[in-house]
Amino acid sequence: MHRTGELYGQFKTLEQQKETASLGMWIFLVTEVMFFGGIMLAYTINRHVYFHAFAMGSNTLSLKLGGFNTVVLLASSFTMAMAVWASQTGKKQLITIFLSLTILLGFVFFGVKYVEYAQKFHHHLVPGKNFNIFFCRDNPSKCEDVSAEELEEESKELEQAERADPDLNSHAQLYYSAYFGMTGLHALHMVIGAGLLFWLLRESVKGRFTPQWNTPVDLVGLYWHFVDIVWIYLFPLLYLIDKHK
Amino acid sequence: MDEHSKAPGLQLPEKSYLNETTGIRSWLLTVDHKRIALLYLVSVTFFFFIGGFFAMMIRLHLLTPSGYMLSPDTYNRMFTMHGVTMVFFFLIPSIPAILGNFMIPLMVGAKDLAFPKINLLSWYIYIVGGAFTMYSMISGGLDTGWTFYTPFSTVYSNSAVTPAVIGVFITGFSSILTGLNFLVTIHTMRAPGMTWFRLPLFVWAHYATSIVMILGTPVIAITLGLAAMERVFGLGFFNPALGGDPILFQHLFWFYSHPAVYIMILPAMGVISELIPTFARKKLFGYEFVAAASLAIAVIGFLVWAHHMFLTGQSTYAAIAFSFLTFVVAVPSAIKTFAWVATLFGGSISFDTPMLYAFGFLGLFLVGGLTGLFLGALGLDIHIHDTYFVVAHFHYIMVGGAVMGYLGGLHFWWPKITGRMYPEWMARIAALVLFIGFNLTFFPQFVLGYLGMPRRYHVYPPEFQVYNVMSTAGASILAVGYLAPMIYLTWAAFYGKVAGDNPWPATGLEWKTASPPPTENFHVTPIVTWDAYDFHNRPDLDLDVPHAPALAPAHGDD
Repeated sequence: MHRTGELYGQFKTLEQQKETASLGMWIFLVTEVMFFGGIMLAYTINRHVYFHAFAMGSNTLSLKLGGFNTVVLLASSFTMAMAVWASQTGKKQLITIFLSLTILLGFVFFGVKYVEYAQKFHHHLVPGKNFNIFFCRDNPSKCEDVSAEELEEESKELEQAERADPDLNSHAQLYYSAYFGMTGLHALHMVIGAGLLFWLLRESVKGRFTPQWNTPVDLVGLYWHFVDIVWIYLFPLLYLIDKHK
Repeated sequence: MDEHSKAPGLQLPEKSYLNETTGIRSWLLTVDHKRIALLYLVSVTFFFFIGGFFAMMIRLHLLTPSGYMLSPDTYNRMFTMHGVTMVFFFLIPSIPAILGNFMIPLMVGAKDLAFPKINLLSWYIYIVGGAFTMYSMISGGLDTGWTFYTPFSTVYSNSAVTPAVIGVFITGFSSILTGLNFLVTIHTMRAPGMTWFRLPLFVWAHYATSIVMILGTPVIAITLGLAAMERVFGLGFFNPALGGDPILFQHLFWFYSHPAVYIMILPAMGVISELIPTFARKKLFGYEFVAAASLAIAVIGFLVWAHHMFLTGQSTYAAIAFSFLTFVVAVPSAIKTFAWVATLFGGSISFDTPMLYAFGFLGLFLVGGLTGLFLGALGLDIHIHDTYFVVAHFHYIMVGGAVMGYLGGLHFWWPKITGRMYPEWMARIAALVLFIGFNLTFFPQFVLGYLGMPRRYHVYPPEFQVYNVMSTAGASILAVGYLAPMIYLTWAAFYGKVAGDNPWPATGLEWKTASPPPTENFHVTPIVTWDAYDFHNRPDLDLDVPHAPALAPAHGDD
């Protein structure tokens, strides 16, 4: 296995090898843009047609949790960038520390996401036969984690939204299709990223990364930043649809 | 057969990529692009004959107007599985993953692709995707049409849609990784002196193909992913019951699946651009224009998708724009066709088997391309939409174009791949049989479509029977034309006459190394000082071979 930075057989120089790896990663990220692009198009069209339902769905998300997760991911991008810097300047211990911090922040994100997803399951907001945007209004006793004021606010919003869109429940389900589709796909990318980070961590503990050879840290860094950027788009698209009034 | 052995007593190299290591593990765990190409060759051929079997079932069933042979449900499954197998598991990987994989590193003078392990990974992904789709075929089949249109596929179909969609989804990543590998290889792995405008046009064609692969395939992946999620978990984007939009699915589907046609035809065009200069012994006319036309097709090809949807009730203005762009995308294809014909003009043409396929390609692609313009015309499309005219049109492109190119390339490079020559006369006869069988199968379908026979119906009015009988008879001849190369090429790989390094002779770098090549491709990294197809400035080539006419006089474009 190619772990210590020797030259692979198909290349002539280390520079060529590094340039090749880097170009490969950038092209891969282009394919990822197209991949997320398809679902974002579906989101955009449905949001345009069913704005009231999408705004209503967005209002049932927790801005606090989403905002917190945004900060967590931005911080993880910072620690990742520091890990890349440490690997380029040969600070071997710092690589390990920053990679560990990045993984830690990634898991904080997963934890918050778990809380959010679990809440949606309890509130019958998962697309499918049991989807019911009115669930908490109609069964306040089963939504104890929502305060009375919040419930009251939500009932008002629901009433307004239903007046604007008589088939609110179906169209809100489309919003939640977008929510789970996009955040689920994003979370899947985070899981893959976390796996890659664990691999980097193992290698960095062994002291494999040097200023001469740190391509994997560099490339996983690119990937991690990309996943972060996707979230920077998802947060306003999903959480902030109707927050301007 | 004799005419091909330049000198008696040619020997195969003692060590080549074929015999350097042995055993099943050395093949299944290989990272050598040449061996991976052969893995693809075996698996793609397997899927081709599966798809061919379904095609035979369709044609046999349509022998009689009332369709005694298959039940309507079975018939739906047959044409669906024919389409899915042929499109996703044969046509898309055929030339790129087999011939491209084998030839691109050789042509640019590299020891391997940029990412050999990813190359092997792409083959395994292809096999896993194929396994899912095969599972769907034996566990209830698939009856949605290869287009998986919603909401039928996501809500109503009783067939095994989910595993088929997962299979196609997975296989898409194999295509993405192949495209990525080619792009990076062409950018960073070229030998000294191999500038962009010295690259063989086969490489340019694959560069354009790879762009389509990396930009289009992720979109079909997410689209089919959403469709699968909709079928399994009830997501609603494409479900009108929830307010979702089935037309959105069609837009996303064709955003990939129209450019996918160019994934099939561009590499075939690349093969033709190699064959014609070689067998006309003349520099290709308008090299730069042909290279640029490949890129133009890749780019404009992304802007025509909604011409599959003229009758969905989309905006008339959108339809006019898409119709116009459909006419525009025909221009670069015409540029290429004229360049090929201009190369033939004044050339010293020999009629070896690969050249017969190239001629077949020229004629059939012309018919297929021009009938595409019929379909791109808004008024006429209303009449012939979803008829056998469409079926005939795209088979002229995909079989008449892509498969002719594939077989031509396979014959052309078979001596390089195996080190041995195929039996020339048998191959010429097979090429002729294929051409006749193809036209007999698909030309009557133009007539059928024009007369109004809809596609995908399992019964038809009795007055259409004569054309259907012709088509089925043609399909039987076509089957012979496909079986023959499989048999004699396999035979030739073991028992054919030893070919020598450059039997044609041709100008590409792949012919500068041994046949079959050593594992590292070139013992010494080649240095390129010549333009592509430049027979006149290549003293290193032995142009005096017995079977070929003398070199054409140097004139033409330069």
